[in-house]
Parts: sequence; C-alpha cells; structure tokens
Amino acid sequence: MADLRTSIGKLELANPVMTASGTFGYGTEFADFVDLNRLGGVIVKGTTLHHREGNPYPRMAETPSGMLNAVGLQNKGVDYFCEQIYPTIKDYKTNMIVNVSGSAIEDYVATAERINALEAIPAIELNISCPNVKQGGMAFGVTAKGAAEVVNAVRKVYDKTLIVKLSPNVTDITEIARAAESAGADSVSLINTLLGMAIDAERRRPVLSTVTGGMSGPAVKPIALRMVWQVAKAVKIPVVGLGGITNATDAIEFLLAGASAIEVGTANFMDPAVTGKIVDGINDYLDRHGFSSVRDIIGALEI
Amino acid sequence: MKKYILDLTVRKTVSVGKQCVLLCLTADEQLPEMLPGQFVEVRVDHTPSVMLRRPISIHYYNKETNELGLLVQLVGDGTRWMATLKEGDSLNLVLPLGNGFTLPSDSSGHPLLIGGGVGVAPLLYLGMKLKEMGVTPTFLLGSRTENELMQVQEFEKIGPVYITTENGAVGEQGYVTQHSVLTREQFTQVYTCGPKPMMVAVARWAKAAGVPCEVSLENKMACGVGACLCCVEDTKEGNVCVCKEGPVFAIEKLSWQI
Repeated sequence: MADLRTSIGKLELANPVMTASGTFGYGTEFADFVDLNRLGGVIVKGTTLHHREGNPYPRMAETPSGMLNAVGLQNKGVDYFCEQIYPTIKDYKTNMIVNVSGSAIEDYVATAERINALEAIPAIELNISCPNVKQGGMAFGVTAKGAAEVVNAVRKVYDKTLIVKLSPNVTDITEIARAAESAGADSVSLINTLLGMAIDAERRRPVLSTVTGGMSGPAVKPIALRMVWQVAKAVKIPVVGLGGITNATDAIEFLLAGASAIEVGTANFMDPAVTGKIVDGINDYLDRHGFSSVRDIIGALEI
Repeated sequence: MKKYILDLTVRKTVSVGKQCVLLCLTADEQLPEMLPGQFVEVRVDHTPSVMLRRPISIHYYNKETNELGLLVQLVGDGTRWMATLKEGDSLNLVLPLGNGFTLPSDSSGHPLLIGGGVGVAPLLYLGMKLKEMGVTPTFLLGSRTENELMQVQEFEKIGPVYITTENGAVGEQGYVTQHSVLTREQFTQVYTCGPKPMMVAVARWAKAAGVPCEVSLENKMACGVGACLCCVEDTKEGNVCVCKEGPVFAIEKLSWQI
C-alpha cells in the first residue's frame, strides 16, 4: 500500500481523487455507490449568492466520447446551502469543497465570506470559467486582469484554501494561471468545459436551449492534459487537473503532467462508483512501479 | 430507496414489433425492491459514439422468478447495441431510480392507464402492482398504426384493454383522448406515459374531467440521480430533476398549459 496523501497548499488530501463540481451533486447523491470518506475531496455543485433557476431545458447533448451541458448554475443560493445542505455534509471525513460562482465581484466576495464561516469547508473552488451563463464568471476568467481582480477581492475575505478554476476558452491559459497566482490563489484547477455546440440537422435547430454549451468527457482529455502540463510549468502553486478522466490511468497521466490532485467529472455518469476505483487503481500503479508515495509521480513526466 | 450498480444476465431477448426489443434480465442475487414507474440506467459505453447510460423504465419485475423486463425502443446506437445482446450476456444497470407512480390507498378505485408507443412500458408493471392490490386497471393504448402496438396480450392478462390507432386498423380510429371509454366509464385516477403531445392531451382531458392524473416524463438525462441537473422539467416549484423528483409527476405540479 503506497502513501496516497497529497496536498493543495495547506489543504491535506487522503488521496488525489476529488469529484468535479456539477457532476456529483453534494456528494450524498452518490453515497450509495462510493464511500465518500475514501475520496480526497468532494467539490460540490456551483453555489451563487442568490438562487438561480438555470437555463431552460434542453440542457444536455451527447457527443462522441463526450457531452455538452448548459445547466447555467442552477442552485438555491448560498444561504440555502449554509442552512440546508451544509448540515447534511459537514460530518463526512473528506474535504468538502464548495465551488463558488458569480456574475459580479461583490457576489463572489459575499458568497466566499459566507462559506468562510463554515468550519467543515476547508476550501473553495472559485469558478471564473462557467461558459453557460451570460455573466457566469467566464468574463473574469478570459483575461488576466479580470482574473486578478476577482481573485484579489475574494482573497481579502477568504483565509482558507482558495482554488481558482480556469477556463480553457482562452488563447494562453498560463497567463490567466499566473494572474490568479499573483493575486493570491493557493491553487488553480483546470480545465472547466470547452465551449461547444450541437445541431439537430433534421430539425435545423440547435440541440441546447442556449445554442452553445460546455463540453466535457473523454474527448477533451488530450486538451486538458496539455493545459495542465503547460500551467504546472508556469506557476509555483499546486495545480488540480481535470478534463475527461475516466480511470486510474487517466488520473496518473494528469499527475505525471504536474497535477497535485485530480477531479473526476463526467465519468461519474458512466460509472457512479468510478472514483473509488480510481483511488484503488492509483495505488496499484504505485505498487507496480515501486513508488512509495503518490508525490513521487507528481510532475514526474520524463521528456 | 437504496440504489445499486448491478451486473445482470440476459435470460432471453424477444423482438417486439419492428422497433423494440424486450430484454429479460436476471441475477444470481435477489434483485432489490422496485416500484412501478421507476427506471434503470443501462451502461452502453462500448463505442465512441455512445457514452452516457440509457434510462429505461421498468416494464416488469417478478420477484419469484427474479426477472426484470426492459422494453427498449431502438432509437440510436445505445439502444441498438442493447438489441444485439444474447442469452447469457451481461448488462450493467444502476437501479432503482426515480420516484414511481402513486399507488391508491385502497382497492376501491377504478384507474385508467393510458400508454402511447413505447410509453406503454412502465404501465405493465403498474398494472401488475394494482392487480396485486385487488384493483383491476383499465388500459387504453394508442399508436399510429397496428404495427406500433406492443405487448397487448400481456396487458389483457391484467385488465380490459382498449385501443386507438390513428389509421383505424385496430380499435377505435383517432387519438387516445377520443376513445369512447372515456365517456362511458367514470375513472378515479389516470396514469399516462407516452409521447409528450399525447400526455399533454391526456392531462388536459383529465383536468377537465376532474380526474387526478400522473404523467411519466422522459427528459434527456445524464446522471440519473439528481446530480447534474440536465433533465429538468419546468414545474410550479421551478426547474426540478426528472430523474430524482420524477419521472412521475402529478399534472398540477407541472407548468404545462392545460
């Protein structure tokens, strides 16, 4: 049994496997399939200051080895999270991390402040990269200046681990990553979904109500891997890798590319128990290759 | 209800009409309790064109024979792959999912089960459960032509079956909402599953007739457990997940214009 412990700044993880926001609910939806306490972390559904109804149906289109979604940050707001959801998840022995979204800097700040007060939430993932709402934060995530502004403002009110989730829909993701780092982020996670589109030719209409949506799934993995590798070289803070991870080998590839931890998203829909299998698979790999710790393979890509 | 990920074994497959296959599945272990109206998610990611599980309603579950029946319409690569399964093949399912139909509190009622196309699938299991309770359900099945009628003999084992076809080849000609049984008999509850325009028409009729009505929706899904928020239906309480809060809804909860 290898040592699977890793860390994101001062946040200690039992292993590198976390769940991606928006694909795992509040964790409890998957509790029949996976022992949540065996995971490095659970990143819960994107939370905004106010209740959001999200986008109209249809919100999803399946694409070859992937899918598009246009959920649009449907959630009941941070007060509902603090009062109704938090009590049901606070006692799990994993890192419960809240994905914080917004459309204005003041909203991000107010939401982060509320979450900061929750003892059992050791970190937030700041979503500056949602492609599915007009002001879903992607406006902040596509320029270095915008990213720096929102991270700076949240950093002032949030003193626990601050992970900033980056958009791949940019010319140079390393520039945004460096801006987040300079503004005080403890970590960056990437990639959020890629902006995509699906058309129903028979009906001559877009499949999604919003026309465009965010693409995820195995099809995006090579792009995600490339971006994680580039960002890991560009910043000193730890990188969390995600995008198309469906098994332990995929997860190990992200670790080798420089990620200190990984998130599993769309694969939860194919196999709701996949995260536990990935934890086991990483351990098997380390044993098979004679590594005593998962830290030995983080950034260990040989070129 | 606790949910399971299980590998089931194909006991047999039966072609039903030109467009459907009936998968009869079993397992070594006793399958968990399943409610009529609930569904399963079938793993089909064997080719790059298909990745997400396919939600399929429970056609029947027989506790004694430990057999689960899925009536699958062949609409795309995922369901067509399911039709290639042979006796002894394995199929990975997540089950049971969703809420299910509301069963009556006693055996005094006179329920009507209205199905269109492959939407008849969950009504068989519902009919079986009603029969177990001492209630004889009436079935009203609609289709375009006689070719899309499915499992009629199975329904006839449970209760009276009325049929409409749009071409008039079998039963009364027209839509289910035009069938004369609706004016001849007084029903106490309507359950329906089928194409959305049919369900809307049934809901409109039921509302006007003052009969409680439940509909089973089949919005496009991903996770099946209420996590991804893809399959939402607009209700009077806002957008809710069909996979978790549904697939069965009382019509007064929906925002349908009826």
